[in-house]
Amino acid sequence: MVDHGRRQFMTGAAGLTFGIATGTIAGSIGTAGDVAAQPAGAQPRSRTMNPWVTLSTDGTVTIMSAASEMGQGSLTSLPLVLAEEMDADWSRVRIVHAPPNDAIYGNPRMGNVMYTAGSLAVTGYFTMMRQFGAQVRWVLVDNAARRLGVPAAELSTQPGRVLHLASGRSLSFGEIAVFAEVPAKAPEIALEPLDTVRFRLVGRDVGRIDVPGKVRGAPVYSIDVQQPGMVYGAILREPVEGASVVSVDDRAARAIEGVIDVVRLKYGVGVIADAPWAAFKAKQALKVQWGRQATGWGFSTEKGFEAFAAIARDDSRQGIAWESQGNVRKALQSASSRFEREYRADYAYHAQMEPLNSVASVSPDGTACEIWCGTQSQTFAVAAVADALGIARERVKLNDMMVGGGFGRRGNRDTEFIVDSALLSRAAKRPVKVTWTREDDVKNGRFRPLYVNRLSAGLDAGGRIVAWHHKVVSDRVLPFADPVRAKASKGRDNIAMRGTEIPSYDIPDRLAEGIHPDTGIRTAPLRAIGVGQNCFANECFIDEIAAERGVDPVDYRLALLARTPRAQAVVREAARMAGWERRAALEKQGRALGVAYIDYTGSHVAAIAEVSVDRPSGEVKVHRIWCTIDCGVAVQPDNVVAQTESSIVYGLGLALTEQILVADGQVQQSNFYDYRVPRMSDMPEMIIKVMPTPNHPTGAGQMATPLVAPAIANALARLTGARLRQQPMLPARVRTALAEGTGRVA
Amino acid sequence: MSDKISVTLTVNGQPSTVRALPDTPLLWVLREELKLTGTRFGCGVGQCGACTVHIDGQPNHACLNAISSMQGRTVTTIEGLAPAGDHPLQRAWIAEQVPQCGYCQSGQIMRAAGLLNEKRRPSREEIVHYMQPNLCRCGTYARIVRAIERASKEG
Repeated sequence: MVDHGRRQFMTGAAGLTFGIATGTIAGSIGTAGDVAAQPAGAQPRSRTMNPWVTLSTDGTVTIMSAASEMGQGSLTSLPLVLAEEMDADWSRVRIVHAPPNDAIYGNPRMGNVMYTAGSLAVTGYFTMMRQFGAQVRWVLVDNAARRLGVPAAELSTQPGRVLHLASGRSLSFGEIAVFAEVPAKAPEIALEPLDTVRFRLVGRDVGRIDVPGKVRGAPVYSIDVQQPGMVYGAILREPVEGASVVSVDDRAARAIEGVIDVVRLKYGVGVIADAPWAAFKAKQALKVQWGRQATGWGFSTEKGFEAFAAIARDDSRQGIAWESQGNVRKALQSASSRFEREYRADYAYHAQMEPLNSVASVSPDGTACEIWCGTQSQTFAVAAVADALGIARERVKLNDMMVGGGFGRRGNRDTEFIVDSALLSRAAKRPVKVTWTREDDVKNGRFRPLYVNRLSAGLDAGGRIVAWHHKVVSDRVLPFADPVRAKASKGRDNIAMRGTEIPSYDIPDRLAEGIHPDTGIRTAPLRAIGVGQNCFANECFIDEIAAERGVDPVDYRLALLARTPRAQAVVREAARMAGWERRAALEKQGRALGVAYIDYTGSHVAAIAEVSVDRPSGEVKVHRIWCTIDCGVAVQPDNVVAQTESSIVYGLGLALTEQILVADGQVQQSNFYDYRVPRMSDMPEMIIKVMPTPNHPTGAGQMATPLVAPAIANALARLTGARLRQQPMLPARVRTALAEGTGRVA
Repeated sequence: MSDKISVTLTVNGQPSTVRALPDTPLLWVLREELKLTGTRFGCGVGQCGACTVHIDGQPNHACLNAISSMQGRTVTTIEGLAPAGDHPLQRAWIAEQVPQCGYCQSGQIMRAAGLLNEKRRPSREEIVHYMQPNLCRCGTYARIVRAIERASKEG
């Protein structure tokens, strides 16, 4: 529950006198209704009700949103939950980004850090938002009761107004703001349980507040920021992490008109110019000799698979347990039959549409810095810039911009793409906008790691899985992406390992263990993190076992899910929607259905793909995907649909086409012509059903991504007999599998 | 001696004279000289369509057109599509709740406007074919199709 010691009810001047601001609050990033249209010259006063809410005398309700907005819709959903309990008039709500302050705005599900990832925004802030909203409502009713001279119990609210029905009198929230006294503390309000509460805003589609600006091309991303006197930066970064600069020949670069300076950095060389184009040209003209000491030199995708597979197959190499239950080794030995399979995945790239960039303005004396950035962690951004400049965190002012796609790429602890502009601004002594080209974004990408997953299962005489051993060998991710959390994790790399736990499948003896070599390759969380590959391995493996046993894969899963009715419900409904029983008829037409299920941090999701393959070329076509999702309370149901569509499309690219190759430690791809992400013609028809239940809301932002590849692979196996056991299922791999009747590709 | 050239072009109905290195893509002139940042940089090589504008009435990649080729030409950006931001496509985009991160959407809308200029009532296949150059990493494609269909009916 809400910790009032830490998350104080009220900010501003302490006690009963509180901050009264005149004028309107600057920096609004979105309004739900007609707030923006208020007449010029109006000078409403504002009362800070608590750190999340400020109420103006004109009735405007300003609500802080603590999550980054990168397309997932939290900017609307979180304030909506607060407005619900406050009984605010949504058309009078405006939303602003919360400033960096973990003690007040940190996500309880992220160790109280402001870090938007893991589809944990709504689930992490939900109860807190309800409680703060309910407390504001309590304060408003309490004040109205004293003004009207009636007991608070006789008062009710309707959106934006407190009513005394007995006398027919009422006060608007704005009227109350004129005289309201805000106590230092409000009581903990008993929230109505989710199975009986009747929400007014939650569960109804109110429309995302960021959409109108985005269709007008409004300047909402950091790449759009303009500052007086601003110049432009580009960075030639070391091709392998840690290589560092040995020598620079910048004569050709400096000869380009518009180039102001060339700045040697620890990790590369920066160029400052009067225009972005001059900066990019100068960057290309640099001749740099790099150090050869870095770990990554000499490494390649090929060597990675070879080394990882050797570790995976070597039973003497035991990893760090991620999930352990019972005694899996014993259970495997005593099982009446055993299955073993190996699955793989290549490196994959985020490909967020807004290339990494930031704007910084370091004060002339170098002791303060203002930054504009799109970040998944306000906390990390401020800390990384402060550390890079050697100044206190309080001396960094963050302007939190909309994120043109995150997918995990903008949440690393070192936020190197933000530090870039801070360092160049310090050198230039003026504001600098650093923009990575798409080639920079690919070459300096931080990837979903290379994976070899080895699975073993033991079955009892009845064909039921009783032992499950999942051994993951992948590049380390957490130590690279977040060394602070890695230190506390005792070698458990949650980014690599998530998804190996299988809470809903009723298998008594289980072990998931991970080994994560440091290959020197840059890695990061990527949408659905380890779940993306680990679920592919799980769901293909279960399908293979079911097929070997001659059991229908839907029935086989339903049996394993017998103890989790919510899981069974989404699987059954997906099968019903897809017309699972028409499988045989479909197969006669050259198409097949494949199924996959996941319990992703408590959200239950099932998907069925209808697939065909062009045998000569090996091209896979996904015609339809049916998907069911139970994420508890669906705060914005249409947005849950939109996020599910989005996560399916993302999963489609990872499943079929997206591959980063590494040679001598360096990334071989450059841009969208050699890193192929889904286009409109690749779209399957998507039939999505949100199946809300009165449970605490769980994630919706990426839950279907892990299901796409296994649903496709399972359909392909049904159709052709060939098992594809590696993401992405490139046409060449499909051809090989068809020829061999197996999915193993070396 | 400066290598920069002066170019006069019409942007959103306004004649503008800009100075830039001749090979500077129109994209960077729009964004950083004219401060029309609704036209977005995505790839720089004509692969993603985030920078789609209309040049002489046709959808085109601002990243592939050097400023030296723009003398006397007419450019429309997302900011100039409809003065009040209420073009039928923009209204349809809101009705269908298309944008997620939103970064590619200016380009999507400008490309869709080109389609509707050519054909009032495109079929679904024609929409998919025409919109193929534009990437959306949030995967809003299904909603883009619906929004174009809506705009073509309601527009």
